[in-house]
Amino acid sequence: MLISKVTIEGLALARGDRLLFKGLNLALEPGRAVALRGRNGAGKTSLLRAVAGMIAPLAGQIVFEGAQGPLEAEEARALGLHLMGHQDGLKPGRLARDELAFQACWCGGDEAGIARAMQALDLARIADLEVRKLSAGQRRRLALGRLIAAPRALWLLDEPFAPLDAEHRARFGELMTRHLDAGGLILAAAHDPLPIESDGLEISA
Amino acid sequence: MTALVVLLRRELALAWGRGGGPLVALAFYACVATLLPLSAGAAPERLAAVAPGSAWLALALSSLLSLERLFERDYEDGALDLLALGPLPLEAVSAVKCLAQWISTGLPLAVFTPVAATALGANPSLIPLTFAAALLGGLGFSFVGGIGAALSLGSRRGGVLVAVIVLPLFAPPVIFGAGAIEAFAGGLNWAPGFLLLGAYCLAAVALGPFAMAAACRNALS
Repeated sequence: MLISKVTIEGLALARGDRLLFKGLNLALEPGRAVALRGRNGAGKTSLLRAVAGMIAPLAGQIVFEGAQGPLEAEEARALGLHLMGHQDGLKPGRLARDELAFQACWCGGDEAGIARAMQALDLARIADLEVRKLSAGQRRRLALGRLIAAPRALWLLDEPFAPLDAEHRARFGELMTRHLDAGGLILAAAHDPLPIESDGLEISA
Repeated sequence: MTALVVLLRRELALAWGRGGGPLVALAFYACVATLLPLSAGAAPERLAAVAPGSAWLALALSSLLSLERLFERDYEDGALDLLALGPLPLEAVSAVKCLAQWISTGLPLAVFTPVAATALGANPSLIPLTFAAALLGGLGFSFVGGIGAALSLGSRRGGVLVAVIVLPLFAPPVIFGAGAIEAFAGGLNWAPGFLLLGAYCLAAVALGPFAMAAACRNALS
C-alpha cells in the first residue's frame, strides 16, 4: 500500500470561468471512506479528477503521504490510486476477459489478482463475451475488476453504484469494507448513501 | 517494461480488430493508385514519370486514414484516464501507441508502396529504396500524425481537423522521400534526401510524444 494518507488543503477548483468551490479541506486517513455530496455540477467529479492529477487546482494543494512520509505526487498517482469514473474505459470489440486482463496488468495486477477479481465480482459468466454485448451493470462490474485485481491504496469512485443491481451493490459494498479493513482509502461521489461506514463531505461554492 | 509490453499488445490487438485494421488503409491505397491512371491518362511514359511521387502521396494519405482515431477512442470511452494513471508517463504511452500504429499500418503500407510504384510503371530497380523510404517515412507519418490526433481530441469533426493539422507537417518527408527516389532514378546522389528523411523521422520520434502527451493532458483536464 503506497499511499497511506491524503491531505487536501485550501483547495479551489474552477471549470472555465466558473469557480466550483474554494477553501476545501480534507484529511483522508487509512481505513476511512469519505462520501462526497452535493448537487449536480457542484464539483464532485472535478474534485476526484483533481486528486487524480488531471485538473490543476486554482489554489491549495493535495498531498499524498506514504508510510515513510510525503510522496511525490506523480509517483503516488501512477502507482497508488484507482480512478473509477462515469466511463468504464472498455473497448466494445474485445472480449471481457482480455479487457480485464489489460486493465489489471496495466495497473500492476497479475494472474492471481485477475482470478480474485473474477470470483469477487462474479465475472466468470461474462468473461467470454464481447464487451459490446454486456449490459451497463455488467460493464461496470468488469471495470471494477481492476480495483480488486491490482491492489492500490486509494480508490476514487465516481457514482460507482449507479448501474449496479441490488445484489452487486451489496457485493461491492463488502469489497469496499474489505479494502478499508486492509488499510485502504476511499473517496467516493455518490447520491445514495454508501453501503459502508463513511464520513460525509458537502461540496458547495 | 512489462507495462510497455502489455500496452503494445493491446494497441496491436485493437489495431487489428478495428474492422480489418490495416486492410482498410491498404484498400484505400490501392484505390488511390488505381485512380491515378484513370485521371492522369494511362500512357506508360507519363505514368512512369510520376509513379514514385504518386506512390508517396498515396502513402501519406493512407497513413492519415487510420490516424485520426489514435487517441479519440480512448478519450471517448474513458480509457485515456486509465492510461494516464498507469505506471508509464503519457509520453511513453503516446510513443507506444504511435509505434503500434506504425507496426500495424505503416509496415503493410511500406510493403505495398514499391508494389504500387512498380505497377504504375516505376523502374523495378527503385524497389529497395522505395521500400526503405516508405518504411522510414511511415514511422515519421505515424509520430507526426499522432500530434494531430491528440490535438484534435474533443473537437467535433476531429477527422477533418487532423488532416488539416497534419498534412502540412507531412510536406517535408514527402519532399525528401520522393526527392531521394527521383534522384536515384536519375542516377544522381540520393543519400542527402534519404538522410534528411531519416533526420525528420528521428526528430518526430523524439519530440512527437511530448507534444502528444501535452495535448492529451489538456484534453483530459
